[in-house]
Amino acid sequence: MLRPSKKLLPLAIVLASLSLAASPAPADPAQLLHKHAPRFVRTGLDGRRIDLAAFRGKVVLLTFWATWCAPCQVEMPRFIDWQNHYRPQGLQILAVSLDDDPEVARSLVSQRNVNYPVLMGDLRLARAYGKILGLPVNFLIDRRGKVAAIFQGESDPDKMESALRALLNAR
Amino acid sequence: MQLRKISFNLVAFLSCFLFLAAVSSPTMAQGPAAISATTIPESELIQPADLAKTLTSGSPKPLVLQVGPKVFFQEARITGSKYGGAGSSAQGLQLLEKTVLGMPKDQYIVLYCGCCPWNRCPNVGPAFARLRELGYTNVKVLYLANNFGDDWVRKGYPQEH
Repeated sequence: MLRPSKKLLPLAIVLASLSLAASPAPADPAQLLHKHAPRFVRTGLDGRRIDLAAFRGKVVLLTFWATWCAPCQVEMPRFIDWQNHYRPQGLQILAVSLDDDPEVARSLVSQRNVNYPVLMGDLRLARAYGKILGLPVNFLIDRRGKVAAIFQGESDPDKMESALRALLNAR
Repeated sequence: MQLRKISFNLVAFLSCFLFLAAVSSPTMAQGPAAISATTIPESELIQPADLAKTLTSGSPKPLVLQVGPKVFFQEARITGSKYGGAGSSAQGLQLLEKTVLGMPKDQYIVLYCGCCPWNRCPNVGPAFARLRELGYTNVKVLYLANNFGDDWVRKGYPQEH
């Protein structure tokens, strides 16, 4: 029987992580559809740690937004409502701000009583999600961590809510 | 369900109203006055295909300045462009002034952003107005109908990453 050598195990782990790191970043958010949402770990504006992997088992609405983005402002109260309404069914909204200044984002988040975690985005995160070069971009991630739908730009909120409900109902 | 939708719509409307009222109030008015991109005369716009042609031809190149979010500039930018500061912030406009300081007033400058659909962009309007105030006479604004990703990057026009 073939047994993996214990000496080679660390090398295999290193090679596996290198191949993951070297996997090419998607050139477009749409390329992430039906793929695993890239994992990230960041500190939220409230100082808490946000690890995407910790939300496995929940439906995640990952929204890239900014305070200067008018369509994002229109979505925000809707997302607050959804977070309240669908939380018991397993919805978790996570927001990534692409503002240059975290203070501007922090101020708006507090002013509007945003009820979901908000973190500051950066070049690495934006690239991992297919180059975010226009806002808003919303990713619906299923309970297994796969991107089930992507909404770019001004989207039909009813369509987004239907897709969200379908994911929440799928067990 | 219907009642929830109606009350939600009401809350959404009021929230947007309060937000817009807040951002236009003197207490929040640390940034420059909002100037819509739609106020820029059509004669001062340049289409992506035309700018791409200029950049790849042997003709003199304009100074291309990105006046939108810095993360977007870091992700991808027009070849040879510089970061000019977000036009919707006071600091951004200061950087823009610094960038063009000492340049001849007839310098050919192209501004672009592409953060959001054209009619929603908060950056190009104030940046264009500021350069005009400073006396620059040869300023064009790149018309990006949807956003920089769709209208420039994914069309394969000259870009750096």
